[in-house]
Amino acid sequence: MLKIKNINTCYGQVHVLKNVSLHLDEGEIVTLIGANGAGKTTLLNSLSGIVPLKSGEILFAGSPIGNLAPHKIVALGISQVPEGRQVFKPLSVEDNLELGAYPNYKRKEGRKEVKKIMEMVFNLFPTLLERRKQLAGTLSGGEQQMLSIGRALMAGPKLLLLDEPSMGLAPMIVQEIFRVIENLSREKRTTILLVEQNARASLKMADRGYVLETGRVILQGSASELLENREVQRAYLGKDKKEIWER
Amino acid sequence: MKIWDPRHECIPRDELEQLQLERLQATINRVYKNVIYYRKIFSELGVIPEDIQSLSDLTHLPFTTREDLRLNYPYGMFAVPLREVVRIHSSSGTTSKPIVVGYTKNDIRMWSNLVARFMTAAGVAHDDLVQIAFHYGLFTGAFGLHYGAETIGASVIPMSTGNSEKQIMIMQDYKTTVLVCTPNYAMALAGRMEKIGVDPKGLSLRVGLFGGEPWSETMRREIENRLNLSATDNYGLSEVIGPGVAGECLHKNGMHISEDAFIPEIVDPETGATLPPGSIGELVLTTLTKEAFPMIRYRTGDITSLDYAMCDCGRTMVRMKKTMDRSDDMLIIRGVNVFPSQIEEAIFSIAQDVPPHQLVVKRQDEMDVLEVMIEVTENIFSLEMQKQRMFLDSLRKRIRSMVGIDVAVRLVEPGSIPCQDGKIVGVIDRRQL
Repeated sequence: MLKIKNINTCYGQVHVLKNVSLHLDEGEIVTLIGANGAGKTTLLNSLSGIVPLKSGEILFAGSPIGNLAPHKIVALGISQVPEGRQVFKPLSVEDNLELGAYPNYKRKEGRKEVKKIMEMVFNLFPTLLERRKQLAGTLSGGEQQMLSIGRALMAGPKLLLLDEPSMGLAPMIVQEIFRVIENLSREKRTTILLVEQNARASLKMADRGYVLETGRVILQGSASELLENREVQRAYLGKDKKEIWER
Repeated sequence: MKIWDPRHECIPRDELEQLQLERLQATINRVYKNVIYYRKIFSELGVIPEDIQSLSDLTHLPFTTREDLRLNYPYGMFAVPLREVVRIHSSSGTTSKPIVVGYTKNDIRMWSNLVARFMTAAGVAHDDLVQIAFHYGLFTGAFGLHYGAETIGASVIPMSTGNSEKQIMIMQDYKTTVLVCTPNYAMALAGRMEKIGVDPKGLSLRVGLFGGEPWSETMRREIENRLNLSATDNYGLSEVIGPGVAGECLHKNGMHISEDAFIPEIVDPETGATLPPGSIGELVLTTLTKEAFPMIRYRTGDITSLDYAMCDCGRTMVRMKKTMDRSDDMLIIRGVNVFPSQIEEAIFSIAQDVPPHQLVVKRQDEMDVLEVMIEVTENIFSLEMQKQRMFLDSLRKRIRSMVGIDVAVRLVEPGSIPCQDGKIVGVIDRRQL
């Protein structure tokens, strides 16, 4: 459903993404792993139109979206859950969610749909229902992450871009978030591109993965292959040095 | 008919090309980072990984030849540290030094699945009994087929080569359904069965997977009739992975190349220029999924052509014609690659001199035989009879240890080896394929 060919992105003079090509098939979970500064977030931002492309091609469901404005890309069915949640803190949970449904209001049946989707989101995250009137700024980190995912889902995306959903969260909460992501994929057939520091957990959940190193894809393959790859184990899975280097 | 990996074997061409591009770029990035040889040769040509923006940009990259592998003997072309390699194989090079190839754990798994593809395409299933009569050892053939069969879930009988009567006995008693060997050995087995009065129709053989050397359609018909099975060809070479590059389906109209793992090109063997689809030329392969030993544009030396027309079996993978010719002087004798330069090196190491000599390949009792004819020089002539015999004996042994096959060595009169345009005809191949 998504095809990226040879995209290059620059911040000023700094060449960040170098000829990155990747694809996602419908219903897949694909994960991007790489060290800090490898270009993972930049890739997501290029997809959602926040960072302009220097060159290259992005096809979504067959049509080019390479240089569209972000709101048009959301309307086509790509929603991003940004790094560090970025919820609107002074607004209530409900208002945050409604803002996520912005593209739907333009359509005739929009209001009804928004209600339906909001119910679905509350089903996924019952805590959000309990706190629907509470201000987003007063939520815990985990709840804010749930809200951030919920807000992205409000636009009814076909493709969900998740940037570090586990960052700074307690292990229990991370498990909960990952369970929901897996549900979205298995039950709702949402296609997911997942950027994660926790490479082991994301590879366990994903179908396939790409490994970025200084803006280049150096490895790609099924998640099980990447978990077996020594280079990945050494650099990203935090395998004890002893296990790998010493006999 | 069952397809082992329909997700990849039947992939639409545009999706395949995207996958190939992604894998090619990752491979180039990795060899540029990890293989000193490739980094050096790319920078000499002023090529950086970012120059590869489409599959056709592959032609900007240099070829890798057998000579390059020889110069980087033994581990120079490895893209991972040796501690990540779980298997080492080798194949003969143009000199006494072989070519060394390595596999990681993932490589072995990927290889097994590629072999499982063509074995399934040939009709092998999980309830088959597969008798493997390839030589187990440094050669990749036996292990590749062994893993492929196990991956399918078939039962493997790792017979290795030789001892035809025992092979036949096991076929009878164990009820072997699939035979894996070189086509020549299949002929030899059929001959032996006739001699000892075993009727192939009384055996359980159903499928034959024959590879390791070129064979013709005539030979296929003969093997199928004599052994009462369906015979398919498959193709591979150790430098690229071993068996598993390509294999025939039951339509027997060319070998499907696993294009999600290898990019095939056809080039002019003289100029190296890329030839348009359908042309006959030398096959060049680039690996897309190998971790330990990736190859960029490897010159296989095999002459063939590619057919992109859809096959009735449903696989979208391109088909290559049976290879019948070589672009170099490599001979394939009983499945073993032999270079005339290796023989020359052996002669020099024993005689301290290279007298005029000629290699004659012929078929005796349905087996390939290599004869080395050496013109008698003064040095050899002056030896006593016993020393002459010792000389021939040690030469035979030396060739055996260097090349890996038994040869016959004969002394002939000076000037008796035929010349053409003042040059000695180095190789005569009297086999009729």
